[in-house]
Amino acid sequence: MISIKSVAHSYNGTAKITFKDWQINEGEQWLLLGGSGSGKTTLLHILTGILQPSNGEVNIEQTSIYQLSAKELDQFRGRKIGIVFQRPHLIKSLTIEENLQLAQSLANLPIDNHRIEEVLTSLAMADKKKAYPSELSQGQLQRVSIARAVINKPALLIADEPTSSLDDKNAEAVLQLLMEQSGLNQATLVVATHDQRVKDAFTHTYSLA
Amino acid sequence: MNAVKISWKNIRFKPLSSALNILLIAFGTGILTILLLASSQIEDKLNSNSKDIDLVVGAKGSPLQLILSSIYYIDFPTGNIPLKEANELSKNPYVKRAVPLALGDNYNGVRIVGTDSNYISLYGLTTQSGKLWSADLEATIGENVAKEQNLKIGDKFNGAHGLTENSDVHKENAYTVVGILARQGNVTDNLILTNVASVWKMHEEAHEHAEGEVHDHEQEEADAMQNREITALLIQYRSPMSVAMFPRMVNEMTSLQSASPAMESTRLFSLIGVGVDTLQYFAGLIMLIAAISVFVNLYNSLKERSYDLAIMRTLGASKIKLFMMVILEGLILTVIGTIVGLALGHLALQLIGHYQESSQAKLTGMIFIPNEIYIFLAGLGIGIFAAIIPALQAYKSNISKILAKN
Repeated sequence: MISIKSVAHSYNGTAKITFKDWQINEGEQWLLLGGSGSGKTTLLHILTGILQPSNGEVNIEQTSIYQLSAKELDQFRGRKIGIVFQRPHLIKSLTIEENLQLAQSLANLPIDNHRIEEVLTSLAMADKKKAYPSELSQGQLQRVSIARAVINKPALLIADEPTSSLDDKNAEAVLQLLMEQSGLNQATLVVATHDQRVKDAFTHTYSLA
Repeated sequence: MNAVKISWKNIRFKPLSSALNILLIAFGTGILTILLLASSQIEDKLNSNSKDIDLVVGAKGSPLQLILSSIYYIDFPTGNIPLKEANELSKNPYVKRAVPLALGDNYNGVRIVGTDSNYISLYGLTTQSGKLWSADLEATIGENVAKEQNLKIGDKFNGAHGLTENSDVHKENAYTVVGILARQGNVTDNLILTNVASVWKMHEEAHEHAEGEVHDHEQEEADAMQNREITALLIQYRSPMSVAMFPRMVNEMTSLQSASPAMESTRLFSLIGVGVDTLQYFAGLIMLIAAISVFVNLYNSLKERSYDLAIMRTLGASKIKLFMMVILEGLILTVIGTIVGLALGHLALQLIGHYQESSQAKLTGMIFIPNEIYIFLAGLGIGIFAAIIPALQAYKSNISKILAKN
């Protein structure tokens, strides 16, 4: 279960953004809807433990994440939260397989090549594991970044504008994969977007004014 | 997938700029290695050749020249001294041992040294085959001489006047090789040793034949004794007390001068020291440029990779881990550069030694000295120095800001 309570943030004391309380139950799939400048990215960063809010509390699986030390928080994020960014951003000097191994080892988990094989297979990318990021297409890279986000079986899978730079067909496919992977890995899914095409797929929506 | 492997992959990803960094560091450490090895070898050679000699007495002239010619066999002798005065000095109570040297002839550039049995005990000479010289015209040769001049026991050779090749050859008398010295690791490896009388004989005989007169042999011997000369006298003191008294006494004798090997070596070092210092500054400058180039390389690649690093943070990497990764990248570059530089330095010195003319001060790259560890440590220091600012930047980076910028 994930919840935010009376969270508000202001950058350097300027205009304060207040977020209404939000409770997400295990396994639910949510849409976080908001236009640009509505504080969508700020809320996502607060939710993933990247940005400490000025006020309020964030709980993920009974852990108040901003009570953790910086190092514990990094560890927690690595193990419990998987993030898919708008652009894939894989490490260019590492192969696909090594990028996934990196995600395992940075979370202080043992390298599990069997798990890597499993995830890549479920995303139809197993044959590309020895390839470098520069050798793959944008759509393939986005799939690998989904693989990286779910490799450690996170409790929370967050996607930030995963479809905005894709055409209708690919947007549909990526959304499909995200929902499928969150189900496969029993992860709660939050997709943040201003993309109206995505709306219909979700029953739960958290809207930012 | 540890930090070392990630850093190594990053280095491999940019082969050209990594290679440039390694090259610069290797160049700097290479020069430092050559300087260190060469100066320590020269110092060692100077010390091992003069270690038991307290004073050299020779004809008036440059004291440094006297030392160079009669201990290192490099320069020309300052002239000759009368045997009579040399003998008097030898019997002086301050003197424990006095070794006469008669120089002036060579065989294919190898110096022929006329001396007596004191020379043997001074340098602790032993033979690997044959025997030490005893009768006139018997010669015992150094190990290198045997190898390079291809001389064996029983071979005969003619000395030539002067210290370089192509001078007039003493055709009348030939030396016979009676022994080859065991390897000494000092100048004697490159010398031909014989007795003083043989060197005299070379020069007298020619003179007598030219005049073609009949002499009263008894009288001639006596006259010759009166006029005989040697080149220099190597002195070992009886007690430390002698240091204060003996040199002054020698210098008061009109035709003689004394020179202390220790003092002249120090003077020589202070002369070449200027050159060594300059080269050292030069190498230091190259190391500094290398450090800056590693810094620029890391700093630029970090700017490109700031998003990558932010992603690593979201994957669970701590700030310290990123800090270590950047430091490691700098360290790996400089460690490789330093090792390559040390190897290059040894190789270069070996090559220099190979093409060196002077056999007395041959340098070698096959010797490793403990001080090289300092060069290695300096390499590590430069790696950390160059990486510390980029590493701190990686440590302090605000991942929320970087990720928000996309």
